[in-house]
Amino acid sequence: MLKESIKMSWKNIINNKMRSFLTVLGIVIGVTAIISLITIVQGLQNEVTSRFADLGAGKIAVQAFGTPLKQGLSDNNIKSLSEIENVSGVSPNLTLVSSVVKNGKVLEDIKIEGRNEVFFRNSPDFIARGRPLNILDMESKNKVCIINQAVAKELFLGEDPVDKTLQIGGTTYLVAGIIDEEVTSDVITLFAGNQSDYRIIIPYTTAMGMAGIGSINVLEIYISDTSYTDEVIEQVELILNQTFNFKDNSFEIINLDSIVDTMNTMNDMMTAVLAGIASIALLVGGIGIMNMMLVSVSERTTEIGLRKALGAEPKNIQLQFLIESIFLSLLGGFFGLILGLLISYLACMGIGIDFRLSYLAIFLGVGFSAGVGIIFGWAPARKASMLNPIDALRSV
Amino acid sequence: MGKEILLMQDIVKTYNMGDEDQVVLKGINLSVDEGEFLSVLGPSGSGKSTLMNIIGCLDMPTSGTYILRGRNISEQDQKQLARIRNKEIGFIFQSFQLLPRLTALENVELPLIYSKIPPSERRKRAMEMLEKVGLADRMYHRPNQLSGGQQQRVAIARALSNNPTLLLADEPTGALDQKTGKQVMELFRELNNEGHTIIMITHDSNIASYGNRIVRILDGNLREGDLKDA
Repeated sequence: MLKESIKMSWKNIINNKMRSFLTVLGIVIGVTAIISLITIVQGLQNEVTSRFADLGAGKIAVQAFGTPLKQGLSDNNIKSLSEIENVSGVSPNLTLVSSVVKNGKVLEDIKIEGRNEVFFRNSPDFIARGRPLNILDMESKNKVCIINQAVAKELFLGEDPVDKTLQIGGTTYLVAGIIDEEVTSDVITLFAGNQSDYRIIIPYTTAMGMAGIGSINVLEIYISDTSYTDEVIEQVELILNQTFNFKDNSFEIINLDSIVDTMNTMNDMMTAVLAGIASIALLVGGIGIMNMMLVSVSERTTEIGLRKALGAEPKNIQLQFLIESIFLSLLGGFFGLILGLLISYLACMGIGIDFRLSYLAIFLGVGFSAGVGIIFGWAPARKASMLNPIDALRSV
Repeated sequence: MGKEILLMQDIVKTYNMGDEDQVVLKGINLSVDEGEFLSVLGPSGSGKSTLMNIIGCLDMPTSGTYILRGRNISEQDQKQLARIRNKEIGFIFQSFQLLPRLTALENVELPLIYSKIPPSERRKRAMEMLEKVGLADRMYHRPNQLSGGQQQRVAIARALSNNPTLLLADEPTGALDQKTGKQVMELFRELNNEGHTIIMITHDSNIASYGNRIVRILDGNLREGDLKDA
């Protein structure tokens, strides 16, 4: 019986190709929109999350604004911060701007970063060639630097910069290593928003001496066990409050994990909102299907009457019309699925993010369209099943 | 005469037409035995279509008793009525009522689908029926590829397919020319000779004369006529 109903439904759809196509279009658009939106937004989310996970997981950033009396953090503060339980290291981050000179070639206004050995220890792949900065560089305020490919290309064209020298702010520095471009983007620099093409890193102690600053305002705290992040933050707050005499707004702690969490929550909300808007198209499509089914019922009144005269029970008739509307919706869902995946694939390629098949999207697309078929097919199918066979037969 | 398969007592049917009730059947009494070929003869508006609907269990009488094969029809629910229509009654309509998208064979199979006969047996039985009405070479034709007479034969094959107690024909020759109509009536007679009980409703006394018993219906009243009347 089911097989016959499916066969009949298929025949009816095929016989009204144009009408079926137009009816199904609403569902196609709805499902396409839902699938491509979900896939693209999830792709973006994965991209952002994985970047953050690479760069920001397991550390918190501290920005110390200081007070008029105490303008930043000292080496002692850093030491006490690094002694907090579950903290694996503290990396200060100084930034100053200077000119860089090599063989008469001048690069003006280059951002110079001051870092310590902890930073390099926590980014083992950071250096492509040469060596990272080490604790000895810090203690003896060595005049060494790490440069990126852009600087190397500009100042050391055609030669290996490692162990060569350059001038930063008039002082001669030895190039210790080259940054691996793959992992250069650091979350803090991303946040600062001024990631320049040129990048030079020197020991933070050297940087402090060079700029004549006695305190540190930005630092990163590496956490060995991220399940204790909250406890570490509490301890850091305590130390910083003591340092700055409990003055308001003297420092800020940025927990990158919680930023990722917030961003994920926002993305989820955005996905839900977008999918919600897209499902309006599905609703409209569903009404289209209902309309077509109602037309179909009145067109086939005689057929319904005849079937009843031949022994069809109301539920047989209802089932047949229901199957037809589910069939139509699923057909729309299927084309929507293909179109949606195609669009999101192209979009992902265009944006440059990984295309990942979202099972949620597929499930939603197919589930929604079947649901639409059942919900919007129900009333017409019921109407058909309730037709009085005499009236139905008389309308010849 | 065989045993009684159909009994109607004081069947009244009224339709509510706005303010007033219109009485279409005014107390019909009718008994049909197995193997009869009954013609119900009456002009249009006499209530014969309403009578046919009630006999075919498509409609319910307002009052009165209708017993078909020992079952009181007023006591059956929708599902049981569907089953009775399926198993006990073979409908033959004036306008054939074939589904245009199905082949002759598939049309004949329809009642068998609703009685849940497995596909292979269904096909076999439908083929037998089409052979019986002389359409062995037209099984895979669609209704619009068949002549009126052939279409009516498909409809007859369909009516026979579930081996019903009763063949119920409503103006079976109404849409056919005289010659084809005559052929269809001869087929009816043949079927009756094989033992099928037939009730045929018509306004044409020539057609009615093919039956072996005639009742006349006029203004909602039924009376026995005799063959000479026709």
